[in-house]
Order: sequence, then structure tokens, then C-alpha cells
Amino acid sequence: MKIRRRLLPAVSALALVSALVACSSDDDGGGGGADASSCTNTITKKDLPVVTLWAWYPNMDRVVENFNQQNNEVQVCWTNVGQGGDAYDKFQTAISAGTGAPDVVMIEMDRIPTFQIQKAIVDISDFGAADVKANFGTGAWKDVSVGDAVYGAPIDGGPVAMIYRKDVFTKYGITPPRTWAEYEQAAQKVKDAGGPLFGDFGANVPALIMALQIQKGATPYTYDSAQPQTIGINLNDQASKDVLDYWAGLVKKGLVGKQDQFTPEYISGVINGDYATYVSAAWAPGYLTGAGVGQGQDTGKFAVAPLPQWDPNNPVQVNWGGSAFSVTSQSKNPELAAKVAFGVYADEKSLTDGWTNQIIFPLSLKAINDPKFVDLKVAFFNGQQANKEVYVPAANAYKGMTYSPFGQYYFDAMTKQFAEIIKGSISGSQAADRIQEDVTKYAKEQGFTVQ
Amino acid sequence: MTISISKDARRGRKRTRQVRGRTPVREHVTGWLFVGPFGLVFVALLIAPLAYALYLSLFQKKLIGGTSFVFLDNYAKAFTDPSFLDGAWFVLRFSLVAIPVQIVIALAMALILDAVTSAFVRFSRLMVFLPYAIPTVIGAVMWGFLYSKSFGPLTDIFGLFGASPPDFLSSHLIFYGLLNIVTWQWAGYYMIILYAALQGIDPTLYEAARIDGASGWQVTLRIKIPLISPALILILVFALIGTLQFFNEPQILRYLAAGTIGPDFTPNMYAYQQAFALANFNYGSTISFALGGVVFVCVYIFMFLTRKRGSFLS
Repeated sequence: MKIRRRLLPAVSALALVSALVACSSDDDGGGGGADASSCTNTITKKDLPVVTLWAWYPNMDRVVENFNQQNNEVQVCWTNVGQGGDAYDKFQTAISAGTGAPDVVMIEMDRIPTFQIQKAIVDISDFGAADVKANFGTGAWKDVSVGDAVYGAPIDGGPVAMIYRKDVFTKYGITPPRTWAEYEQAAQKVKDAGGPLFGDFGANVPALIMALQIQKGATPYTYDSAQPQTIGINLNDQASKDVLDYWAGLVKKGLVGKQDQFTPEYISGVINGDYATYVSAAWAPGYLTGAGVGQGQDTGKFAVAPLPQWDPNNPVQVNWGGSAFSVTSQSKNPELAAKVAFGVYADEKSLTDGWTNQIIFPLSLKAINDPKFVDLKVAFFNGQQANKEVYVPAANAYKGMTYSPFGQYYFDAMTKQFAEIIKGSISGSQAADRIQEDVTKYAKEQGFTVQ
Repeated sequence: MTISISKDARRGRKRTRQVRGRTPVREHVTGWLFVGPFGLVFVALLIAPLAYALYLSLFQKKLIGGTSFVFLDNYAKAFTDPSFLDGAWFVLRFSLVAIPVQIVIALAMALILDAVTSAFVRFSRLMVFLPYAIPTVIGAVMWGFLYSKSFGPLTDIFGLFGASPPDFLSSHLIFYGLLNIVTWQWAGYYMIILYAALQGIDPTLYEAARIDGASGWQVTLRIKIPLISPALILILVFALIGTLQFFNEPQILRYLAAGTIGPDFTPNMYAYQQAFALANFNYGSTISFALGGVVFVCVYIFMFLTRKRGSFLS
């Protein structure tokens, strides 16, 4: 009796303990802190070393499959941890914690300095960068470099252009505006005739507005990695103020919408033709198609024209977004990871899949100069040869930008002031001054010497 | 004589003390063993992180220059930070409006359900409580779409009368938009607690009151409500603590609200932004503790105002 009473709890305790032991995960087989046994893709060549990758391209599963099939040196274990901000939050947390980051991570160009200054990504110029440099244009290469060091393998870019609704333009007798002055006039004409909003000024797209400010000649940041503690911040020069005043004016006159972009509200507006134009990057058609645009009653009604200019005799092309693969400092084998960074999405099959389905605008010159790519009749634009007419010239003329090491803070500061512009409480110039004040204060707090 | 008696008495006392001393030790150990697992989890998951956060809040990490000990500088910065102060003022205003609204609705429903006796009562109880069973995130997303101009029903309803619908996600009406979601979610929960408290009242009191000639309203106001005041105070304190830490609904609605809700709309959202978007864990911890201080002060004031005679606060 007594023995049985003592035996039961002992046996149940033993069972519980063994269950807990069985629950613990096995040791991972790859480098870095991320667990290689939790890949989204399946690795068939199990005897090869594994490199972990975080990326969110919509066709990433096919790209990884292509790479794993063709490569006999290394295999990629890919996970999608979220888009944009979500992925950066996770990566940032992994950096702060010291573990959990993958070997290779997809980063947009404007965030590279943010992670470089925290030494979270490594310089891969010694790991084969020189071999692939010739495959990319100047603008693309500058965006992934900080000084002479290279921090990422460029994958896709975002040359900015103006997508418009052909049916709205025909109905109100508008030809695609070539300058911003013409843009405003066309907007007024459509409004007076009772037409829809001409465009949209979203508070959540600061990167686009920054690109438009650079188009007018602004240089928001001067940063030299040889002297990382000094930074030049110039966010309220005349060009930046002019651009913000221009858009604030459009908002005030009711010529453009105030909706946040990338929201269901905005997409339904685009589908319904509530916005005559959509100033956006070359990845927009792929994004819009994925969101359901151009498949219903609005099929074939879109076209694209080059971005309106301030001075038609000196056109300036700009870029919004675009991303690269960077090797993280938590990678146990940076050389192998660099091979993956330069190799994934660089083979012809993956690139062709990417640009045929308009998922990416490739930065690799092999793709940009490919006649099939240039002459592609883009389905979203009802067969218009968008690459030849608009995107490829824009990409080739792009010179690159200098970004800040506190991109997240800068964008948040811009979003805050844009919300005030939308409310109508401040003018564009005031917003620019406030952003300058906000960011300079933050930079000084963080220990930078601001010039 | 006296000496021997007292000697005996002392010996007796010693013996009883020894007897009393033997069992308590085993009881002590058993008691601690029962509390042990909870204590371990409590210390590991609550006390230790709090201590670490407090420790972090005394430092400052710069992009250039690394981490340095700044003692209370972070707190000085937090209490002069307009983002934190505006956020704190918003949650205070929100609490002062939202809590009375929720409690009045919960109380009214509990009283009605207590007074009515029919099969409908059980069904209504379930229906009123149901929103609480829906996760707050899903509730917020759902209401975000209901408020939307393209997807929500408001456009159609107001269109019937030829008017344009109110935009509950605009900066004028966001307060009421959030108020609506929070009330919908929590009134049922408070109602259940008050209903249970009402069920605990001795029905002979109602008989006595009726004999004395009390009307229905008098029974409600003079008997029922005072007798459930402990439960009322309890849920008011919970509601106050919860509302001052408002996070879920504004965070979810940020992406649907066209710039109305910034990342520092409430202090908890500000702490989240600092810690996870800007990797500024030190300042994020400071904001959390500063908010905790605000909550503590508010709850203390509230308990002082509702103190009863004889309690430690009067």
C-alpha cells in the first residue's frame, strides 16, 4: 500500500521529466544563431553546409529552389520573417540580443547604414565583390557601399515613375505631365471638371518624399565612413522646403488624397480609379497585381510615364526602395554566407522569373541589358513596353544616394510631420524645419558631431 | 511559594513553546514547497525582468560612444519628453471618459439581468459577454474595417439619408472610435463580475425592503449598489490600470488610420517604438517605469478617494 502510494508520484514525475527532455530541440546544423531546422524550403542535399537567409520577395521559394538545385557547395535555408519594418524589428532585436540573426538578411538600401554602424553586417568587399561589381550600375553599387566597403549584394531597385489611369486621362483630356508645374495644372483641370483626386500624399511613405526632395537637388545627409562620428544633416534646405510646400499645396487645394499607402483603403481607391496617378517605383506593378489591382474592371487601364521633372532640360532620376542581401556579423562562416549573398537571385532563371512576373526590377546589368527584359510588354500596363520607355532609362540615370545611420528615426520624424501637413496645421517649410530640428537633436543625443 | 509557582509556570510555558515549535517547521516547509513553483515562475518572469528593466533604465546607449551610466537622467528626459507627456495626458483623458461609460453600461446590464427572470436572460448574458471572448487584436482589426470608408457599413447607412459618414479614424473622432471598441470589448466582462456580486446578495434583504415600502429604484440605488461596492471598486481599479496601459487597439489601427495615430500615441506604444523599432532599450525601459509611476499615483489617488472608514488609507 505505502509503496504503491509513493510509486505513483515518482513514476508520474519521471514521465513528466522525460517528456520535457524529449521536447527540447536538436542542435542546428547551420551557422549563425537561427535554427536551420525551421526552414520554409526543404533541403535535399543534406551533406552540404547550410546558410540561413531571411527574405520577403514574393517568389523567394522558387529562387531558393533554383539556387539549391544548381549549387553543390552550400544550401540555403530560407524563412520569411515579415515585410520591411516587421523584419527589421526582428533583426534589430536579434542584434541587440546577440543571437538569433540569420547568416544572410535582406535589407533595403536605405537601412544599410543603420545596421552597418552597429557592426551588425560585415564588409564583403573581400569575399568576391570585385568579381560581381561589373554586373551593376553606379547608382546600385553606391547604395550598398559605405566608403570603399561593400555591405550588400544588390538585388532589386526602385526607379521612380508616374503610373496613371489612361481612362481618367482620356476622359478629362489630360496628357501625361512632364513637369511638376504641369502636374498641378492637370490636377486642377481634373478637379474643376469634377474628376477624381490626381494623386496621393501619404504620411507613411517618407522614403518616396525623400527621393522627390533629392530629385530637386537636396542632399539630406553627408556621411563619410572614415569619420563615422561626424554627419552632415541638411533636411530643411530650400529644395526640401520647396518639395514639401508643393505637396502641402496640393493637399490644401484638395487636388491629392491624404490616404496612407499600402493599406486596403488605398488599394480599393486605386482599383476604383479614385486616384488619377500613382507616383511610385518599378516594383509597384508587381505589388499592385499581388494586391488585386488590374484584374477586375480596371484591367488594362493603367499606363506609366516618366517622373515629372522640375527642370525638363536637366532631368534627375531617383530611386525608392530596392534591396540587397547582406551578411550578418553573427554568421559563423562569412565567406560562405557571402557566396550565398552574391549567388542567390543572380542566376538567369531566378532573375527572369522575377522580372517576368514584375516582382522585382533587377539591378543586375545582365537582366537590364537583356533585350527580352527591355522589350517586355508589361501585362499590367496593357502591353506597354514600360521598361524600355520608362524604367530602364530611369535606372541607368540614377546616381545613388547617401543614407543616414538612423533611417528608422528619420522616417518616423517625417511621418509625424506629414501627418501635421495632412491635418493642415503646418506648412511644408515648417515641416521641413521641424524635421531638421528633430533629427539633429536625436543625432546629437546619440553622440554624433553634426556639421 | 510564589517562586515555585512561577518556576513551574515558566517550565510549562517552555514545554508548550517546544511543542508548538516542532510541527510549525514541517508545516513551514510544506507551505514553501506548495508556493515554490509559483514563486519560482513569479520571480523569474516578473521580478527578474522588472529588476533588469530598472537596471537598463539607469543607462544610456548611444550609436557613437556606447553605453554609459546616467542614473536618473533618463527619467528627467522622460518627464520632459512631449511624446511621453502627450501620450500620458491622452490615456488619462481616455480613462476619465471610458471607465465611467463602461462601468455604467456594465452596471445597468447587470442590474437588468438580475431583476429579470426568463430564458432570455441566459442568452443575453452570453451575448453581452461574447465580445470579451474575441481576442483584442481581432476585435481591433474588425472594427478598423467597420470604420473604413470603402469597406464599412457606415457609408451605406449614411448614404441612405444622403449624408457623408463620420470618419472615426480621423483625428477629430479617433477618441470616440477607440472608446467604442474598448467599451464593446470590456463592458461584458465587467458585467459578469457585477452580476456575480449581485447574485451574492441575500434575497431576504429585498423582502425586508419591500415590506418597508421601498420602490424598485430605491432597492436598486440604496441596497444593491452599495452592497456590491467592493466588486465595483475592484473592477474600477483593474479598469484604471488596464486603460492607462492602453496599447492593443491604437497599435493595430495605426495602419488603417492615415497618420492619425503616431508611434507615440500612448506611453506604452512609445515604449514599444523606442525598444523595438529604435533599439533604444534603455529609454524604452525608462518609459515603462515612468508609466508605471503614473499608474501607481492614479490608483493611489483613486483608492484614497474611495476609502472606507477604518481602512489603512483614512
